[in-house]
Amino acid sequence: MNRIEEKFVELGTQQRAALMPYLPLGYPTVEESQDLIRVIADAGADMIELGVPFSDPLADGPVIQHATQVALKNGVTLAKCLAMARAARDAGVTIPLILMGYANPILRYGIAAFARDAQNAGVDGLIVPDLPPEEAGAFDAATRAHDLALIFLAAPTSTPERLQKIAAATRGFVYLVSVVGVTGARAQLAADLSSFVARVRAITSKPVCVGFGIANAESARQVAQIADGVIVGSALVNKIGNGNAIQAAREFIAELRGAINHKIE
Amino acid sequence: MIGRFGEYGGQFVPETLMAALAELDDAFNAARMDDAFQNQFVDLSAHFTGRPTPLYFASRLTEFCGGAKIYLKREDLAHTGAHKINNALGQGLLAKRMGKTRIVAETGAGQHGVASAAVCAMLGLECIVYMGTEDMRRQAPNVYRMKLLGAEVRGVDAGSATLKDAINEAIRDWVTNVQTTHYLLGSALGPHPYPTMVREFQAVIGHEARAQMLATEKRLPDLLIACVGGGSNSIGLFHAFRDDDVAMIGVEAGGLGIASGKHAARFAEARPGVLHGTYTYVLQDDDGQVRATHSVSAGLDYPAVGPEHAHLFDTERVGYTYATDDEALNAFHQLARLEGILPALESAHAVAEAIKRAREMPRDEIVLVNLSGRGDKDLQTVMSASGEQ
Ligand SMILES: Cc1ncc(COP(=O)(O)O)c(C=O)c1O
Repeated sequence: MNRIEEKFVELGTQQRAALMPYLPLGYPTVEESQDLIRVIADAGADMIELGVPFSDPLADGPVIQHATQVALKNGVTLAKCLAMARAARDAGVTIPLILMGYANPILRYGIAAFARDAQNAGVDGLIVPDLPPEEAGAFDAATRAHDLALIFLAAPTSTPERLQKIAAATRGFVYLVSVVGVTGARAQLAADLSSFVARVRAITSKPVCVGFGIANAESARQVAQIADGVIVGSALVNKIGNGNAIQAAREFIAELRGAINHKIE
Repeated sequence: MIGRFGEYGGQFVPETLMAALAELDDAFNAARMDDAFQNQFVDLSAHFTGRPTPLYFASRLTEFCGGAKIYLKREDLAHTGAHKINNALGQGLLAKRMGKTRIVAETGAGQHGVASAAVCAMLGLECIVYMGTEDMRRQAPNVYRMKLLGAEVRGVDAGSATLKDAINEAIRDWVTNVQTTHYLLGSALGPHPYPTMVREFQAVIGHEARAQMLATEKRLPDLLIACVGGGSNSIGLFHAFRDDDVAMIGVEAGGLGIASGKHAARFAEARPGVLHGTYTYVLQDDDGQVRATHSVSAGLDYPAVGPEHAHLFDTERVGYTYATDDEALNAFHQLARLEGILPALESAHAVAEAIKRAREMPRDEIVLVNLSGRGDKDLQTVMSASGEQ
């Protein structure tokens, strides 16, 4: 069983949602983000999404855009991201690690070579925000061959037919985009989020995790009551971008973990 | 697979947009078959855009080259000054038909922004145009034109602050406001159905030119030449001649030369990849990061090319070459002096190639050049390049 599946089985017995921070690799510096993987794991994250920088991140709002531009300036490449995942494993990080990055750098690297190297680096899954299931043939085959979960996104605008297709194609979990829009912390959760989660749950027994827009512990607590996982990106990036990244991340992850650390009602 | 030209094309976009792309594809296919829509498009093309645009025999340029006869398809005489209006009109009508009230567009040279703003004013649609701040500087008169036409111009500082970055921002806006908003993409690129849809709205160029050429010379031209930014004016010309025994050349921006790395000649390096929702040739580094480009003409200054062109390149139906900044500027001056026409710097790239080719061809052969737009917007650039300020 893939580490992601094992984690959801474990969380299921504890009746608890997963805390899944998104960490842009190479931000604010390469050294700090290398340390942040371990710090975030130790502070209570259940899985980590490791952001691979791309020059043209279409699905991202200003905060993550900025962080990934900084990462590119810091010289981060897909190959370096794989090396950072490997180093985190060597430093004792055991929770699932999921790479999140756009299609082009993976195509340039070569899909088959990427899948092989990702597995060797101890990566468990892959999220590609500009890759709908229709375009994923080669990605799907290569990731299956190397026991990586290829995780697809569902959006509030997805039609019922598309939700079926996404739920059938995704492995690990369904990544539910909570807002019509790009990444970025929002003051409030989308009003229709729980009905969206319910629509997805009605068609799949796979875990459903919610991301995009979750700003703070209170939002995370609310999402944890309806979903199997809570993904926090821009809000974490904001915290680590204001100096003293390690301490800020440790405190914020602990706070988020506290907010969702109760059993699902 | 959906929307492919050979292996190129497709829909590499965030899931949020997938339903909107399907809706657009359906609406476009329905409109295509609908006489009322077609009649409206044809009527406004005549009375708003000013079609048909003339086919002009450039006799002095021909004499100067001493070879093949050179004809110009005068898209520079279309309303708002470039071929961009054909597509803006078609998509504007389609947006209205779909019940969208808000339009977002990107612009490089400003021509597509001006065309979109004009069509939105005429149809009563809200219009937001994203433009790189570097391009706003280079194309200041067009920024003011858009404002006069009622559009809001939003400057984009990210990346190289040019066309690529404006497209990123327009797509992000679309992802956020997709329920009310149509993205009026300005070239034959992006996710399906844009490459096909934009080609169909621009195909009027080639259909007219073909009929005009048959009427004037009683035969087809030997060679077609057009500049290639995203690829819309060229595909619009080429499409009507695809089954004819006619050679075709697309001219990219050679900038400061290929060796300098400062250019937008995608076919000179020919590396496939994904940018802005489509699989095509993309200028990129070894790590798959999209490279900065350079061209004296903002409208050719783009790191990817429409996917149909990628296929036409692979199958060798169209030959692709480039003109450098200097060659384009020279052609600009030559056309001005010899024919009394100031071409857009984009179009000047095609003229530069025509001058080279015509010289090597016999006098009884014919070259047809698409003059995609007029050069009024480029006066500032030409002045500073000529050291006049
Ligand atoms: C006058 C003119 N010609 C050509 C182009 C290049 O675009 P395309 O290749 O889509 O025709 C532009 C783009 O802004 C333009 O303004």
